[in-house]
Amino acid sequence: MITFTARKQLGSFQLDATFTAPPGGITAIFGRSGAGKTTIINLVAGILQPDQGRIAVGGTVFCDTAGGISLPPERRRVGFVFQDSRLFPHLSVDGNLRFGLTRAREASPRLAFDAVVRVLGVGHLLSRRPQSLSGGERQRVALGRALLAQPRILLMDEPLASLDGLRKADILPYIERLRDEFAIPIIYVSHALDEVIRLADSLVVVSDGRVAASGPLTEILSRLDLQPLLGRFEAGAVLDCRVASHDAHYRLSTLEFDGGRLRVPRVDRPAGEQVRVRLRARDISLALSEPVDVSITNRLAGTVTAVVDRDGIFVEVAVAIGGSSIRALVSREAYDRLGLEVGRPVWALIKTVALDNRSLGLLRTPRREDA
Amino acid sequence: MLTPVEWDALRLSLQVAASATLVSLPLAIGAAWVLARGRFWGRRLLDAVVHAPLVLPPVVVGYLLLLALGVRGPIGGWLDRTFGIRLVFTTAGAALAAGVMSFPLMVRAIRLSLDAVDGGLEWAARTLGATRLDVFFSVTLPLMLPGIVSGCIVAFASSLGEFGATITFASNIEGETRTLPLAIFSAIQSPDGDQVALRLVILSFVLAIGALALAEVSDARVRKMLGRG
Repeated sequence: MITFTARKQLGSFQLDATFTAPPGGITAIFGRSGAGKTTIINLVAGILQPDQGRIAVGGTVFCDTAGGISLPPERRRVGFVFQDSRLFPHLSVDGNLRFGLTRAREASPRLAFDAVVRVLGVGHLLSRRPQSLSGGERQRVALGRALLAQPRILLMDEPLASLDGLRKADILPYIERLRDEFAIPIIYVSHALDEVIRLADSLVVVSDGRVAASGPLTEILSRLDLQPLLGRFEAGAVLDCRVASHDAHYRLSTLEFDGGRLRVPRVDRPAGEQVRVRLRARDISLALSEPVDVSITNRLAGTVTAVVDRDGIFVEVAVAIGGSSIRALVSREAYDRLGLEVGRPVWALIKTVALDNRSLGLLRTPRREDA
Repeated sequence: MLTPVEWDALRLSLQVAASATLVSLPLAIGAAWVLARGRFWGRRLLDAVVHAPLVLPPVVVGYLLLLALGVRGPIGGWLDRTFGIRLVFTTAGAALAAGVMSFPLMVRAIRLSLDAVDGGLEWAARTLGATRLDVFFSVTLPLMLPGIVSGCIVAFASSLGEFGATITFASNIEGETRTLPLAIFSAIQSPDGDQVALRLVILSFVLAIGALALAEVSDARVRKMLGRG
């Protein structure tokens, strides 16, 4: 369990944030740049001191201004992965990786050198200098260096922000493997919602130095009132699904979620595994009765639970389907024509084609329930 | 090739410059650290004191040293009574004068390299479990190495050429404090010393070129070590 309460004045910016995060999995701190995300993570690491507050991770109090406690950064045992990797230029990759490991002074480190090197695929780089590495390789080494310090918690400050799109896609699986293989809690700071959706279990939304919302990711993302903070073009919902079956002939997969089934382009995961799918609001149409003579395969019965006007042209409609909630973006005209007020039973229509790589890139390996 | 007197001057010059540099180095690193990172009242005053030898006439510095460290001076008297150490008119005194004169040059070079050290790397080291002291020795100091090397070379070279403060404080004693510049001065003063002076001047040139070559080599090595080759 991570409990965070802190006030900090930095020039004209004021942070006044309180949140708790579950003890395992990935907690994302999301917000626009300048919202205070990095300030929060620096407070956790001890790089900044709060004017007032209390920060605890697990059973360890990192700082408590009321109790006069403040652990120096070196005794907090946080693994910090910086946006700019910050590898030591005077040391080889091997020297960088071992920097924290030797200082952890553990006879049998929980996170062993060989295992970390293997998972991150940096074995062939050990004798190289950081300057000769690509951006993606640098971030992998930085990840390994942080892990090998045997941290209680991993703090990642926009670790992908300095990488281009391809490199980002290269690193994401490594972060997922860390989460799954080493079962270490991670705080992940990001302003990119697609990274957050792909990785995080819980979400803390930060805006203007305040916490606007925090809780399980799927719950936060289904809240219409947070849309202005999450961004209109990202609007959508996230479903945690299970792979039910594969259709070899049509090369489609069937996913089950709480409320129904989805047919999607073939998912490269065995049946029974969990995946996460993002449904963009603009890809979802609504109908009052089930249209059977259309090409759309995914037709889900549900009920309108909330309606929010967007710019007068579009209306965003939240639809409950079983225990899940999805969102559809429709025109104001269509909304009036169909009379989509709250409580109205509707059919949500999702083209299988709309669930393209971008949505299906959001798949994840099964989550460790103990984490 | 060289006369015994010339050998003496060369040996003394190298000895004085080397000991001046080595003894100054830890102090200069400390001073650079305090001036670059310290936040305390009187930092500007310290800055002025460190840089004073750069702007004061060398003879003034030599005279001040004489006042403080002479056998009748407050510090010199104490050293003499307690340990029997005398700095005036000794090789150690010449090294001290050279060290004081070159100190600001060394501090400046080291401070520049300290300012260039990325504080983010030091924080990264802290989060990886290194204490402040550990960070200094395992991250900051290695990254300051280019400045330390160039500071040493500048200090060594300027110590080889130190004249005013040395002759004032340590005097011009053959085999004890008569370094190359002082030997050249003595030769010029004597009626038929032109030949001797010329030989010593040539020796100075050779020494200077050797020092520059050494600077090049060590600079290249440090750059390679820091991966900036």
